[in-house]
Amino acid sequence: MKKISFSLNGEQRFVYVTPNEILLDVLRYKMGAKSPKCGCDTGDCGACTILLNGKAVRSCLIFAVEVEAQDIVTLEGISRDGLTPLQKALIEHNAFQCGYCAPGMILSATELINSNPHPGEEEIKEAISGNLCRCTGYQPVIDAIKNATKKH
Amino acid sequence: MALPYEFDYVKPASLQDALVLLAEKGQGARVLAGGTDLANELKQGFRVPDLLLDIKGLVELQKIEVRDQRLTIGALVTFSDMRSSELIRNHAHILYEAAGLVASPGVRNRATMVGNICSAVACMDSASPLLVHDAMVHCLSLEGERLVPIQKWFVDNRKTLIRENEMVTHVSIPVPSVKYAGAYQKMMRYTGEDLAAANVGVLLFADGRCHVAFGSVGPTPKRSAKLESHFKNKGVNKGSIDEACAMLPGIIKPISDVRASKEYRMHMTGVMLERALFKAIDRLKMPTLIRG
Repeated sequence: MKKISFSLNGEQRFVYVTPNEILLDVLRYKMGAKSPKCGCDTGDCGACTILLNGKAVRSCLIFAVEVEAQDIVTLEGISRDGLTPLQKALIEHNAFQCGYCAPGMILSATELINSNPHPGEEEIKEAISGNLCRCTGYQPVIDAIKNATKKH
Repeated sequence: MALPYEFDYVKPASLQDALVLLAEKGQGARVLAGGTDLANELKQGFRVPDLLLDIKGLVELQKIEVRDQRLTIGALVTFSDMRSSELIRNHAHILYEAAGLVASPGVRNRATMVGNICSAVACMDSASPLLVHDAMVHCLSLEGERLVPIQKWFVDNRKTLIRENEMVTHVSIPVPSVKYAGAYQKMMRYTGEDLAAANVGVLLFADGRCHVAFGSVGPTPKRSAKLESHFKNKGVNKGSIDEACAMLPGIIKPISDVRASKEYRMHMTGVMLERALFKAIDRLKMPTLIRG
């Protein structure tokens, strides 16, 4: 067992792991962050997306030992002070049905908005291209992101 | 919860430490950069190591730079890094283009180009652009640096010329002294995540040379000397491209699988070759910037 410490949603946390443990599992089952989901377990579906040092990445393809001293944000972390404008827009557009893809979709869109506050439709589509949704057909998600990021 | 195999993990603080470990462990060690291929391989039980050697602490491998008329791309450079690099965009536009077609942003944020050519899965996106640019793979071990031309690098699907005591530190490509322009075409079922069912890279030079490479239509990606001399002799135009497409069955060997049939791959490779060449011709006419 190795002791690793890192920032999780703004708090300094530590946990004991073996090198063969996957970050997604450690976040969910050892650290209580249940928003990242296991969909495909091969990096294709995006349900396990987290922000690692501000970048959207697949937590199912990262070994937990790799995140020593890094900064991790999950969906729990971005809504600590209430829902973000993006999340409110997604609710208004009824953008999700089962919700399984929602945390990953929201974090991918959050990474986009952080670097590009007013993205165009193609940029939005590109940002969420690796987040598979089988319920609502993407359009309400795209509409919601557009609405939350349009210039006033 | 954890993978059903045990292994050690080390994140060396210096290149020297990493090379010493590689020399000691040989095949028992696997080098970890972005891990997007490696984690999947280990989940499948493919070449499980005794030691995972995480090179992300080696900052010297993060660089993209132009030195001595060569563009160098370090082993830790991700596809996202390449998308935001002016140097890549200006000197090897076809690599910039291909980097943007690798999976989706969530994978590109982590996956490295060097990892891509070390995994050497036949459908990789980096190979065709690197092939047409005559890239050099820089392998380092305690015995020193060994240079392998990319044309010799790929031996078979998932098999390269790397030796067990070596790691790839970077890839370099010569910056041509004449004007040049390239284009990359990838055939996929949908945007975002899909692997190439076939891909084509071309690079045209103002002095009439034409480099052509194909990926995902054989066990290894490769250049075609036959087509290159065809275009050198006849020029690149509608007629010579049609002739080239007719020659394709003697040049590439696509297979049928879940992503496409061999007939469809064969046909689309010709379509993509034409599209890439016409795009490159247009780009070659542009005054600056969008070139290679």
